[in-house]
Amino acid sequence: MKSNIMADLFSLEGKNILVTGASSGLGKSVAINTSSQGARLIITARNNERLNETLNSLKSYDKHKAICCDLSSKKDLDILVEAIEPLDGIVLNAGAVKLAPIAFINDTSIDELFEVNVQSSIRLIQRLVRKKKLKKGASIVFISSIATQKATIGNAVYNATKGAVNSFVKSLALELAKKQIRANAILPGFVPTGIMSNSEMSKEELDVHLKNYPLGRYGKPEDIAYLAIYLLSDQSSWMTGSLLNLDGGFSLK
Amino acid sequence: MQEKFLEVFKETLDIEDRELNMSDEFREYEEWDSIANLSVIAMIDEEYEVIIENSQFKKINTLQELWDKIQNEK
Repeated sequence: MKSNIMADLFSLEGKNILVTGASSGLGKSVAINTSSQGARLIITARNNERLNETLNSLKSYDKHKAICCDLSSKKDLDILVEAIEPLDGIVLNAGAVKLAPIAFINDTSIDELFEVNVQSSIRLIQRLVRKKKLKKGASIVFISSIATQKATIGNAVYNATKGAVNSFVKSLALELAKKQIRANAILPGFVPTGIMSNSEMSKEELDVHLKNYPLGRYGKPEDIAYLAIYLLSDQSSWMTGSLLNLDGGFSLK
Repeated sequence: MQEKFLEVFKETLDIEDRELNMSDEFREYEEWDSIANLSVIAMIDEEYEVIIENSQFKKINTLQELWDKIQNEK
């Protein structure tokens, strides 16, 4: 019943949508759930094998397209932008995390995190706008982080990249409003997925950290996918430049 | 050369429904706004490697004047 109501209200039928970082975690869930809403997807990621796994789990998988692409390569980016039909929506999910206290931040990880989380996204959007690959009324969804609203230890560089994303979203929303193109960011709390596997958080630490979530659980990838669906749908046509907390109440405490 | 200039100017402002003339006062176009203003300055930098200061640019009203400015600065 719930899914029928969703399908009718927040239909993505006929919409051409690009999802980056679609091979795992949030991106995979966004891809699967938006395809259930009727969207025609172009999914990208660096890992071809896992990207094809995502492709095969999409509803009516033969109408979608997987393009293996390293968004930090300008050549790959140009090939991607050239290959895609004008878009009704994008979900920019590609991202990286690396935990280190300030004294142990290394120069390479600063470059890597800013490259993947910020610069690649800005370059992709620049090319899509310039090449007129965004249709009138298109919706751009950035996956940012609640870390920008509430600091946690060891996350300084990551937080800084997501803060940059939030600021970019606002300028983007302002400049593209004339074309009825909208840009918003989802700020998720902790969602246990592959991206966190490097974080070395133990089971005990996870249990302790859970006490910071008033609703009593961590996020599920679908929690993020459902908000992405709303933002991609025509029902959110008056929402732009918004940074949306989606964190089980984490930022309240 | 001027044809190319008009073509690029058109594209910069997303004008699709008409041709432009060198005598046009581009600030009167309905597409003209603050983003268009910045876009044209950036386009001239990118296309002709000419940087026009905003204070100079403000004095330019027709496409012909803009074209002449580019030629003089090159």
